[in-house]
Amino acid sequence: MNEALRDAYNKTFDCVQCGYCLPACPTYETMERETHSPRGRINLVKMVAQGKATVEDLQEPIEKCLGCMACMTVCPTNVQYDQILESAKSVIESEQTPSTLQQKAEGFLFESFFPSSRWMNFLGNATWLYQKSGLRKVAHQFGLTQRAPLHIGKMEAILPEMPSPKQRQERVTRYMRQRPAKAKVAFFKGCIMDSVFFEANQNAVELLLRSGAEVAFPDQQTCCGALHAHSGKVDVSLELAKRNIEVFEEEGFDYIVNTAGGCGARLVEYRHLFDKDSPWYDRAVRFSEKVYDIAALLVELDGLTFTKPLQKTITYQPSCHLRNVQKVVDQPLELIRKIPGIRLKELKRPDFCCGSAGIYNMVHHKESMEILDVKMKDVCDAEPEEIVTSNPGCQLQMKLGIQREGRGDRMESVHLVDLLIEADPQSK
Amino acid sequence: MSHWLEDLKKAIPEERILTSLADRHSYSFDASFGEYLPEAVVQAKEKEEVVAVFKLANRYRVPVYPRGSGTCLSGGPLPVHGGIVLDMSQWPKKIDHRPDDLTVTVTPSVLTARINEEAEKHGLMYAPDPSSAHVATIGGNLAENSGGPRGLKYGVTKDHVIGLEVITPEGEVMRTGGGTIKNVTGYDLTKLIVGSEGTLGVIVEATLKLMPKPPAVQTMMVAFDHVRKAGEAISKTLTSGILPSKMEFMDQACIVAVENFKPVGLPVHAAAVVILELDGHPETLKVERKLVEEIMERIGAKEVIIPKTEEEAENIWHARKQVSPAIAKIKPTKVSEDATVPRSKIPDFMDRLQEIKEKFDVEVVAFGHAGDGNLHPNVLCDKRNKEEMKRVELAVEEMFKAAIELGGTLSGEHGIGTMKAPFMELELGEVGVDMMKRLKDAWDPNHIMNPGKIFVEKGQRLVLTDE
Repeated sequence: MNEALRDAYNKTFDCVQCGYCLPACPTYETMERETHSPRGRINLVKMVAQGKATVEDLQEPIEKCLGCMACMTVCPTNVQYDQILESAKSVIESEQTPSTLQQKAEGFLFESFFPSSRWMNFLGNATWLYQKSGLRKVAHQFGLTQRAPLHIGKMEAILPEMPSPKQRQERVTRYMRQRPAKAKVAFFKGCIMDSVFFEANQNAVELLLRSGAEVAFPDQQTCCGALHAHSGKVDVSLELAKRNIEVFEEEGFDYIVNTAGGCGARLVEYRHLFDKDSPWYDRAVRFSEKVYDIAALLVELDGLTFTKPLQKTITYQPSCHLRNVQKVVDQPLELIRKIPGIRLKELKRPDFCCGSAGIYNMVHHKESMEILDVKMKDVCDAEPEEIVTSNPGCQLQMKLGIQREGRGDRMESVHLVDLLIEADPQSK
Repeated sequence: MSHWLEDLKKAIPEERILTSLADRHSYSFDASFGEYLPEAVVQAKEKEEVVAVFKLANRYRVPVYPRGSGTCLSGGPLPVHGGIVLDMSQWPKKIDHRPDDLTVTVTPSVLTARINEEAEKHGLMYAPDPSSAHVATIGGNLAENSGGPRGLKYGVTKDHVIGLEVITPEGEVMRTGGGTIKNVTGYDLTKLIVGSEGTLGVIVEATLKLMPKPPAVQTMMVAFDHVRKAGEAISKTLTSGILPSKMEFMDQACIVAVENFKPVGLPVHAAAVVILELDGHPETLKVERKLVEEIMERIGAKEVIIPKTEEEAENIWHARKQVSPAIAKIKPTKVSEDATVPRSKIPDFMDRLQEIKEKFDVEVVAFGHAGDGNLHPNVLCDKRNKEEMKRVELAVEEMFKAAIELGGTLSGEHGIGTMKAPFMELELGEVGVDMMKRLKDAWDPNHIMNPGKIFVEKGQRLVLTDE
């Protein structure tokens, strides 16, 4: 038995198979099989470890898990499902023969693309050019986007307007408005967040500045490694973690803030990557203790008064990783409720994943859309004008959902920070 | 084998016949012990499909095992002889309320807690409240005759069923009972099927009785420095003219485990606590609370804790719910029993548990629905330790014997299933078991309906390891 499998196997014994995770699991609900439930997956890991099933049998159920971790919030015996899942993914990854086209594409995506800020800038710029130059229209007319693999077409159609390259270059690495600053905040950009939602990140900086903090963008920071880990690429993910830990140690920052629920969840879990006796372990713990989601930090700094009433109905779709892993549940709602005039209609099942889940909506498009349809029914019942999210993946998925429901004319999805800025917050 | 599978595909849409190894493994277990690989899993969604499965099962002599959410603690849905697991959890869910009749008709896949949630919208309640009600299906609850804390005042599942629609093991559709509260027409087949652990048929619809929802509840927690006093307190309360809706018991080991797991401020120095819930009109509750306090004082309770807010009351019940996960931290494997004794014998049963614990050198803790004598002695062990598991098997066997000697029963609410089958004769006697067997033979002449449950098979004994 290899090490990853043994690790996962030992953790399966915490599961008493009570089934309490079943009603919380989105894939169990939409795929209607125990095989696609947490309890079923944990059992299959056990079966593989005992030689009663093969890694191949395990592959589909593990790959089709969203990793939303809703099961962990209801598990009465605290099974470490996140770690079982990650180990299982690395077992699957290690058994695969790399040669197919998809793996090549994945290899590029994971080893060069996501960790590279140059690529991310390029993506941002290229998307901007694509949108501005009219190429988008041409591509649509010839149906080019429909033919692209990984359902890029459907994703492409919902990309927001990009900032121009000039705007992106103008960002400085340090912002300070008051001396002494209330807190020293390091900004973790996030790959997708900082390319596709560059403006939201800038809004977050503005909110922090108005809260009295100073904000720095450490230059050498890299991808959080979440998508790599979710695909079983442990080694790359470990290297990325080490680099981030090092980079953010350099100055004595009080906080490391991020605006992407998924990235933040990875950052707070860095310590699980290291053995307790490794020197990296303590460094990872210190790093993780400083990691804050933007909503949690704004509540902690408590420096804003919202001045402009917003007369609209909104709903809040929490990012699963923000809620279930980072355990940031109330803070976003607390901030929203401070906006004068706003009507907050909560979802019946906010804890049900939207189906975005990293690159899940691209590689398992059909399954993702089934989950999205469940989510959108809940959203449409609330009839909001805006769906407020806290993670780029969720925000894009919500856009896709709005489009699928044909509600593009009266509904849109925004990041929490965009909404907060709109309410013109002033320093207290 | 391939023969019946081919026929099955003619009757059931192929996407609902699962035969991959991963799928079969996923229906090979429940929340008890043992795993058995079925040859196929059928996810039935219509009566005709169940009928077809049984017709085929009789023709080819293939066993069929009905299954809900697989939360059973006694092995009810385990496919012990291979064959077909009949997954009823994906059946279309329907809850049809008739508030004027105080009844509700449901399909088997409905989660039990949903029935109560819906009833509350009409000012009513569905009383049975097994702790897995938010996961378990009503079909499974009916098959196993599940209980729960409120059983003390309101009875268990069978006390709330007035009519059923059942597919018999020979594949015939049958209705039992009806929609009325009173009904003495013929044998009471409704109650025979409820609690028959899926050995006499598959329930495809049930009509249940609802009750008015009590307007208020009052929680109390009483600590004792002797287990015997706790037992006495239970009897004294129940003979004082007060019938609490719940009376739950936790021994010291459980109290300490909960406090180590997630501290809620339980009295860790107490030998035992009893948690009560009174329900009824707020004015009545004031009087009853006072009476219970006086009883506890007279007996010499160590402390009576009355929560000041709803939140504090919730915390107390939350602590009770935490017992299961908390004790699992003592050791990973939990053998949860539900041997039940007459209420007055609880202290004697506790003494016997202590003796058993010492004799076999195993970890035993006890908690449960003490008000109705339904304790849950739990043995904590490690499945991977074969030597320890042998001792646990012996300890559990002795627990069953102790309960029966004290005038009690093997199972208060979990069912016999696979684990307790070897002890049936001990409680029922030769004739009792034989009459049950004859019933079973008449209903299921080819023995295709959930075989290996309730009745002991040749050479079968209690086994707690997977091998």
